[in-house]
Amino acid sequence: MAQETRNAYGIKLAELVEKNKNIVVLDADLTKSTKTIEAKKAAPERHFNAGIAEANMMGMAAGLAASGKIAFASSFAVFAAGRAFEIIRNSICYPHLNVKVCATHAGLSVGEDGASHQSVEDVGIMRTLPNMQVFVPCDQYEAAAVVEHVANIDGPCYVRLGRGKVEDVYNEDTKFDFTKIDVLRKGNKVVLFAMGLMVQEALKAAEELDATVVNVSTLKPLDEEGIKELLRTHEKAYACEEHSIIGGLFSAISEVKAKTDITTPVYPIGINDTFGESGKAKDVLKKYGLTAEHILEVVKG
Amino acid sequence: MDVNNLKSHALNIRRNIVQMVYDAQSGHPGGSLGCADILTYLYFEQMNIDKDNVGSTDRDRFVLSKGHCSPALYAVLHEKGLLDDDLSSFRQIDSRLQGHPNMNYVEGVDMSTGSLGQGVSTAVGMAIANKLDGNDNKVYALVGDGESEEGIVWEALMAAAHYKLDNLCVIFDLNHLQIDGDVEDVIGPLPLADKARAFNAKVTECDGNDFESIKEAFEFFKDQKDAPTVIVANTVKGKGVSFMENNYAWHGSAPNQEQYEQAMQELKEVD
Repeated sequence: MAQETRNAYGIKLAELVEKNKNIVVLDADLTKSTKTIEAKKAAPERHFNAGIAEANMMGMAAGLAASGKIAFASSFAVFAAGRAFEIIRNSICYPHLNVKVCATHAGLSVGEDGASHQSVEDVGIMRTLPNMQVFVPCDQYEAAAVVEHVANIDGPCYVRLGRGKVEDVYNEDTKFDFTKIDVLRKGNKVVLFAMGLMVQEALKAAEELDATVVNVSTLKPLDEEGIKELLRTHEKAYACEEHSIIGGLFSAISEVKAKTDITTPVYPIGINDTFGESGKAKDVLKKYGLTAEHILEVVKG
Repeated sequence: MDVNNLKSHALNIRRNIVQMVYDAQSGHPGGSLGCADILTYLYFEQMNIDKDNVGSTDRDRFVLSKGHCSPALYAVLHEKGLLDDDLSSFRQIDSRLQGHPNMNYVEGVDMSTGSLGQGVSTAVGMAIANKLDGNDNKVYALVGDGESEEGIVWEALMAAAHYKLDNLCVIFDLNHLQIDGDVEDVIGPLPLADKARAFNAKVTECDGNDFESIKEAFEFFKDQKDAPTVIVANTVKGKGVSFMENNYAWHGSAPNQEQYEQAMQELKEVD
């Protein structure tokens, strides 16, 4: 089945706010889009709309967390990680407060709204922040599990969620271990590291490649040993991401490699330091090379 | 209220502010001296904070949104007996007394601040939490007049009014000066009282260097229902040290030995 990761977030958060009275939810006039409306229906007294004021939303979340609450704060990734960046830095990460920034509409798959609303840099921005943990789930089941996981972490977390429907990679019985990368398919010579909706594309491409496919959904703290092991046992590695090749998965894998004597080359398959544009999500993803077909082209050379 | 007793505390606090900035040869003496009376009143008359509850959030809390005035906060916590650290470690390596306060290093610092405007916003979150928890604890935030140029201050006030946070008291420290000069010459954030009224806050003004006047303003706060209070406190930047008073050059610079000695001489006795 195909489902939006933001939808899985909304459903899981609604479940969590009913179970845990200590959870509060904040949004910035996008409750229907980010799906926090589900949590609002479940516990209206613990849902706070900050209006179109993402910076203040993050500050309010920090204050609530400083009072012992678990604060979930949502907006589009551009505004959450971008506009409110410095509040997340100074009022959430520096004091290590229990705020979960759950950002939806990440990446080019936003589609029609165009470049102003397509965040290509959020993982890079959030990953550089001390104390911040960063998660990019690839399907509805992993998204729901990540939301539950971050609710149980004491400290700041960033969760990157998408607008569009993505095919299932996992199922409702999957047991997730977010301390490890997840090898979804074992192949030879080539390893495709992927995050978010590029996991599905990498799996499709791998059918014709005899490649290993790895879902890297915990970008920070990164499973460095797992990555090193796969780099050592393959001849070529590719990092597939719906994100700028600066700061995201390619950077993260390259950083791990650069600290070792591993010589396996790592190549990027992502957004090449450019903004996106309007179009149907599938057309935008195709134009910017975020498809199984493009992965095949690159890997086959 | 024993005014002489408060004046005596405020004098000690001012002496420690000058001492800390002199020892560190770094820090912000002007604003710290200017807000010393407000902090003295808050910690000795207004807030229910003491040795027994300082480690808890179930008490009144204070957010120094103008975090650069950390010497005033450390000095008042010290004066109240809540901070035993050697104040001369202020701004030095390995010290808990960071240039801008860190809530995880010092018990009694209720929020890490320093980046202007954010403290008001976090105070709104704390006030909402108190409402959710059904307690009567109050949240106080001290905001600079220069700091009010940050848009988030007004985003926060809008939210405070919308959520009817009558347990929140935002104090604007109106000393008319910021780093680059007179606030009106820099960009013109005034009038603050009218702006706060337009944001649906209950507004009162006071002389922020006069304990009777400060007391009246906080009594006004106690009487408000269903809306946040804004106190516009008129203060003198550098208050108590003649050559620092109303001189923006002392926003963020440390006195030399001669200036330090003169300052301490002027801060010898309660006037």
